[in-house]
Amino acid sequence: MSTKEPLLSVRGVQTYYGKIIALKGVDVDVHQGEIVTIIGANGAGKSTLMMTICGNPRARTGTITYNGIDITNMPTFEIMRMSIAQSPEGRRIFPRMSVLENLQMGAATIGYENFDADLQRMFELFPILRKRQSQRGGTLSGGEQQMLAIARALMSRPKLLMLDEPSLGLAPLIVKQIFEVVADLNKTQGLTVCLVEQNAYHALKLAHRGYVMVNGLITMSGTGKELLESEEVRAAYLEGGKH
Amino acid sequence: MIVTATALPAGGRVAASFKDAVIAAVVALAIAGPMMGLQTVTDIGGLSIVQRWPLVFAAVAVVFVGRLLLNIFVWKTSTPVTGLFKGLKLAPSKSLNLGRYLGPALIVIAVLLPTFSGRYVVDLGTLVLTYIMLGWGLSIVVGLAGLLDLGYVAFYAVGAYSYALFAHYFGFSFWICLPLAGILAAFWGIVLGFPVLRLRGDYLAIVTLAFGEIIRVVLLNWADFTGGPNGISGIPRPSFFGLEFKRGAGGFADFFGLDFSSDHRVIFLYYVILAMALLTCAIIMRLRRLPVGRAWEALREDEIACRSLGINTVSTKLTAFALGAMFGGFAGAFFATRQGFISPESFVFMESAIILAIVVLGGLGSQIGVVIAATVMIGGFEVFREMAEYRMLVFGLAMVLIMIWRPRGLISTRTPSIFLKARKTIGAENISQGHG
Repeated sequence: MSTKEPLLSVRGVQTYYGKIIALKGVDVDVHQGEIVTIIGANGAGKSTLMMTICGNPRARTGTITYNGIDITNMPTFEIMRMSIAQSPEGRRIFPRMSVLENLQMGAATIGYENFDADLQRMFELFPILRKRQSQRGGTLSGGEQQMLAIARALMSRPKLLMLDEPSLGLAPLIVKQIFEVVADLNKTQGLTVCLVEQNAYHALKLAHRGYVMVNGLITMSGTGKELLESEEVRAAYLEGGKH
Repeated sequence: MIVTATALPAGGRVAASFKDAVIAAVVALAIAGPMMGLQTVTDIGGLSIVQRWPLVFAAVAVVFVGRLLLNIFVWKTSTPVTGLFKGLKLAPSKSLNLGRYLGPALIVIAVLLPTFSGRYVVDLGTLVLTYIMLGWGLSIVVGLAGLLDLGYVAFYAVGAYSYALFAHYFGFSFWICLPLAGILAAFWGIVLGFPVLRLRGDYLAIVTLAFGEIIRVVLLNWADFTGGPNGISGIPRPSFFGLEFKRGAGGFADFFGLDFSSDHRVIFLYYVILAMALLTCAIIMRLRRLPVGRAWEALREDEIACRSLGINTVSTKLTAFALGAMFGGFAGAFFATRQGFISPESFVFMESAIILAIVVLGGLGSQIGVVIAATVMIGGFEVFREMAEYRMLVFGLAMVLIMIWRPRGLISTRTPSIFLKARKTIGAENISQGHG
């Protein structure tokens, strides 16, 4: 997409869970202003890659650079303070805290000077959250929780937003709505997005570029369109699905 | 066995009830036979055994009849009596403004207490307030940060011994030692916090339990320094801005032109602990609205989410341990000065359990709940002192009943710390039970 240094660059990363190897040397680049998706089946290592970028678990070999800074061995909380935000797998909102408090936690790293303005911005992106603001997080529906998780991540004004399976367990209509918001943020605000998905069709349609991950290795990469049209991807991830 | 029999026809129900009661009676006989039927008495030339079969018979009869009646009218009936209690279960919390009105009212009562009551009540109030303060301290760790600490009494002990030892070896006064005790306890809180950073739930509980015991055993065995099982006596009492509570010239009574009375000191101690407890409360209320307080609560909810939001979970946990321990240390120093004598006997696991029970019964994270629970538990326990062992029975029953009717503690609503328009509390039915 661009010839500039990538915003996030993962080089030869290997990650282990104990003795079991989960990532077998992964190279991924995410450029400023891009939506990059990583698709793959269950257990391919997509979420592990995302967690490794966040420093938990740590990469045993290889380097991860963000914005020119080596973040491979930084503690998680410091990585998350470098204008990276993550919406973790399974949403992980704070169930007993209100929607507002959840959003407040999202802004914990940047302070609260612009809290009100940011809050209004989130309510515009996801109007349902305004309605639910004083409700307990755990009482929201799955779709609302996912919106809350994304809004919470956005509260820290990130440059790079990492989304781990935002479509998990959601109705197609809600998935579409969430992906539209992501596309819109990318277009209007230049937000860089790294999206891990099993829902290959939607993810590849949304993304500028994509990577296919199998068994801890990147097996294919290309633009979203290329991958969507590729025979292998269609056979492995799209047949019997939407197409 | 319970409620399952509602579908049985009436005849089968009675037969099943009877059979069940017979089984219960046999079990009762097996238990009561040796335990109640045979009693050892000291006799000339050693122990001899007295047989008490009528008692066993009575016990078995009570079990049989009781079980049968319960079966027929409660458990195996088509209209269970327990249905009556359904209305009581988790009454929707209308007590929204409980904190707003009850809190100030309780403070006024607490401030005026010595004016309308006698020495006994003031003494009891001092004890209750000590436990309220301990409960508030522990509620930081357990209620807010969600770290189950079974060894909280260790920090109480550290506080008490800090003051006692400083006074004993260096002659420091209470007011100098009070902050020192808090700092030392906070230090030990961090010492405990470091190794348990990665633990949660049951594992954390076991380690903290062990920590509590380690402190006690060290105090018990380091006899040269701590006095061992004999404890430390003659711990100096606090002074009122340099005025001691003593008879004669230069004392508190003399300075203010009052007749000397030993009640002065009791009342003074009461106000000291009241002020300390209120300060604790104010600090915790403030902390809850600060980023660190919110981080504690978020940590209780979901540690992984916390990390992904850039929260330093290590320092968050350590501050929870340190601050919780600090208030325990303050309360310990007060305990030492009030008693004038301390020994490891005062810091057994039972104390940790009582403090934890206060926090849990009061409702995790609820300030006012701790006050109510401490008053009921400690106050109630003292009021029924004449009932000897029976009070334990009543006490246990009361705890079971509270946990049935209000499984999330007396005050289970949680007021969010920010609002856009009006304040709203989150109802008890929406708050899931704590996860260790």
